[in-house]
Amino acid sequence: MNNNNSITTINQEKIKNNLSYRAAFMLILKRDITIAFRHRDDIINPLLFFVIVVTLFPLGIGPESSTLSRIAPGIIWVAALLSTLLSLDRLFKSDHDDGSLEQMLLSPHPVFILVLAKIVAHWLLTGLPLIFIAPLLAVLLHLNENSYGALMLTLLLGTPILSLIGAIGVALTVGIKKGGVLLSLLVLPLYIPVLIFATSAIDTAAMNLPFSGQLAIIAALFFGSLTLAPFAVSAALKVSTN
Amino acid sequence: MNNPEVYSPLPLITASGLTCIREERILFESLDLEVKAGDIVQIEGPNGVGKTSLLRILAGLSMPYDGDVHFQGTSISSVRDDFHQNLLYLGHLPGVKGEMTAQENLEFNLSMHGLNPEYAEATLQEVNLLGFEDALASHLSAGQHRRIALAKLWQSNAPIWILDEPFTAIDKLGVKKLEQLFIDHAKQGGCVILTTHQDLAIPETLLKKVTLAYRFY
Repeated sequence: MNNNNSITTINQEKIKNNLSYRAAFMLILKRDITIAFRHRDDIINPLLFFVIVVTLFPLGIGPESSTLSRIAPGIIWVAALLSTLLSLDRLFKSDHDDGSLEQMLLSPHPVFILVLAKIVAHWLLTGLPLIFIAPLLAVLLHLNENSYGALMLTLLLGTPILSLIGAIGVALTVGIKKGGVLLSLLVLPLYIPVLIFATSAIDTAAMNLPFSGQLAIIAALFFGSLTLAPFAVSAALKVSTN
Repeated sequence: MNNPEVYSPLPLITASGLTCIREERILFESLDLEVKAGDIVQIEGPNGVGKTSLLRILAGLSMPYDGDVHFQGTSISSVRDDFHQNLLYLGHLPGVKGEMTAQENLEFNLSMHGLNPEYAEATLQEVNLLGFEDALASHLSAGQHRRIALAKLWQSNAPIWILDEPFTAIDKLGVKKLEQLFIDHAKQGGCVILTTHQDLAIPETLLKKVTLAYRFY
């Protein structure tokens, strides 16, 4: 049977500027960044949290540089995990509450493209500022001077993983009224490998040894989550809005 | 405008044997529905009877417990992108971002559906929002939010419109305009499936009614 020709012909003339994947991606990215800049608390709060947590440690532990530089990698990375966790909620929550998420799922574009755009926007707004501010805080913690390169590299490769994996957790809990605790239970265990390999890379660098092994594992985690997480998130969102 | 060629030989949406269960209660069972080009289908029934659930199933947002929804003879799950290209769904929530202005919201909505965002300003005039285009949506009323969401109907080229309570918080004049828009859309070979508690001023020949009723057992 000749099925859908007639309808598609009336559409064709009107849908001239049918969006490419890249255009759809950029559209969502731009929108999320615009919204975040008009709602600055969302960017500033996690960053402020990160700074406060890190500065509390020297106050609590004391100023001996040997102790501080020993635990500096762990402090910075744990604070980064927690501040990412704090910012995850806004990834899909407000879209879910005002109905834009439904519209997104019903748009003619593949959902994983739109999801990836939202995750990239989240990383640009929360992960990237952390990377810029981390070296300053590392000075405060007397981080070994050989470790700065490793710190920056692990953060650069690691923070996107936090956004990508976190997005899966948020997508699963977005339909639940008080999903906050559940979200940390779901997501934090998955962050542990990143934490272990990142801090180990920084420690190794402090001893002036090559840390490319740890870095390679973090890179593998990054590419693994970059390719798989958007699909998991779109499936989870479909379940959550069902 | 009234071009006979646009009428598809197959019904736009066919639902067969739909069963929906919510919280261990059967909302409807073995429901069959056929929506052809040119139909305006009003789904009626008391609150909580499953009107919204039915619309969400038809739009592909929810999965039915049993049964299938077909778009021009093919199951909607296998032609997702094509179906969504031909679908415009407006739910209970308007999907309007408070942090963006009325115009930015509409421009985004239009661009997402592959339509030209340059028409946004003219379309806002159509829904009586001229003068508010640069106001942040969070400063606008519920009715104005709905108007922003409805505005894309004027630009839409999707033949299937699924609208959940489109008249909520809309004033009388706005309702009249929308009814006319639905009639024009149906005459051009589209279809409209909507829920509303209002009596529609739409000619009987176009309007089909589906009534859902409570089930107790």
